Amino acid sequence: MVAKKPDEARIVITGVGLTAPNGNNLAEFRKSLLAGKSGIQKLNVRYMGEVLAGICHFDPLKYQKKKELRRGTRAGSTAIYCAQEAIADAKLDLACLDKSKIGVYLGITEHGTVETENEIYEIKQFDYDVKYWSHHHNPRVVANNPAGEVTLNLGITGPHYTLGAACAGGNIGLIQGLQMLLLNEVDLALGGGVSECTGSFGIFAGFKSEGALASHPDPEKACRPFDKDRNGVIVSEGGCIFVLERLSDALKRGAKIYGEIVGYATNSDATDFIFPSAERQVECMKLALDKAGISPEDIDIINTHGTGTIEGDPVECQAIREAFGEHPHAYINNTKSFIGHAMGAAGALELAGNLPSFEDYIVHPTINLDHLDPECHLNNLVINEPKKIDKVDYILNNSFGMLGINSVVIAKRFEE
Amino acid sequence: MTKKQIKDTILEIIAQIIPDEDLSNLKGDIPLREQVELDSMDFLDIIMELRKRYGIEVPEDDYVQLATLDGSIAYLEPRMKEL
Repeated sequence: MVAKKPDEARIVITGVGLTAPNGNNLAEFRKSLLAGKSGIQKLNVRYMGEVLAGICHFDPLKYQKKKELRRGTRAGSTAIYCAQEAIADAKLDLACLDKSKIGVYLGITEHGTVETENEIYEIKQFDYDVKYWSHHHNPRVVANNPAGEVTLNLGITGPHYTLGAACAGGNIGLIQGLQMLLLNEVDLALGGGVSECTGSFGIFAGFKSEGALASHPDPEKACRPFDKDRNGVIVSEGGCIFVLERLSDALKRGAKIYGEIVGYATNSDATDFIFPSAERQVECMKLALDKAGISPEDIDIINTHGTGTIEGDPVECQAIREAFGEHPHAYINNTKSFIGHAMGAAGALELAGNLPSFEDYIVHPTINLDHLDPECHLNNLVINEPKKIDKVDYILNNSFGMLGINSVVIAKRFEE
Repeated sequence: MTKKQIKDTILEIIAQIIPDEDLSNLKGDIPLREQVELDSMDFLDIIMELRKRYGIEVPEDDYVQLATLDGSIAYLEPRMKEL
């Protein structure tokens, strides 16, 4: 049993802003996850032709002028939408806050590929004469762009940066925000992740060249984690930003608390550029459990990273079996089966989609699981239909990425 | 292009660059930047559009001549009249 921490050292989520291929706020997103509603569609991509992808349908003009949209990036616009929605959800009035004590920390898988591809396409019309290369290129492709656009839009003068963490980015952005609050560097953190990757043919082409780009006659059935017939990743865009506060501040202003982040961990496989390591994933989950001061039996829901690749899914399942024993108590689900792989946003979106379970005691399923791959066997895998359960005190969220980056976040039902 | 066509072209380019602004009452003899939100990056967008669309190069020393709508028309007229 870990000694109870003072409220100043406990970090809680008090606002959620998101856009996913099947919802533009948490209520819509959750509704889709419980209704089995996918967000995958056909998309025409330069040089690739028709592919399957997850596209978000939020209104960027809700918080930006047309000129800002023209000048900025899709990732910046996505981040602005999510940040504004999160602040509104947290019922915060920015005018009353010290904006120098707000930090913006966003995980990204990639940034700049979309803008670079667009510029090269543009100057191709001019026989690659670089005098036609846009003066907007550098501010668009600097790695801090999505977080920086948030500060420009909201007038936030505290720190902002992105964290390049491949597909673990969403969790890492959240963890960074938490750490900065614990260090008293900021009083409010906007942490999460974004991705604009569907604008880049290179991302699709890269997965295709790896033999890991999913295809299916029905777009909504294409992302099939743990299914025998899975054939790869669905590339998606998205964003999710949490308002994070120290519990003491959240209580003082009577904020709604979605949950407390009690455990987190990140580590590295140090084995391969692409293929994951079950051994290190187990270590990462155990590190997060240790940090939370709890045992595997305490976890009620595990949101898997599973992307639907032939090679990756069984590795994570093996890791979960090892970390939790052959018969874990926890119910296990997967969000990518609905929305595809939202890359830098994935970890944050997937945690967000599960947070309402603290209130409704329902575990959203993993969909498109018709023929379970025996290598992906997990006890209590919630398949195709939501499951009502008796207790939801802890949710564990896995997010792993290329170059062997692993991240785990554990959220706890809030109790004073 | 006639003077009227040049003016319409410049206004169309500016409208594309600052789509939120109302350009209907722009005064020709007052600097554009005093009338609408047009910063240095936007101004470079105008220069780039002229280059891309019409192959017109505006040297940096001449930028000042494009400060107003009237100045822009006068500067561009000899360069666009054959278009």
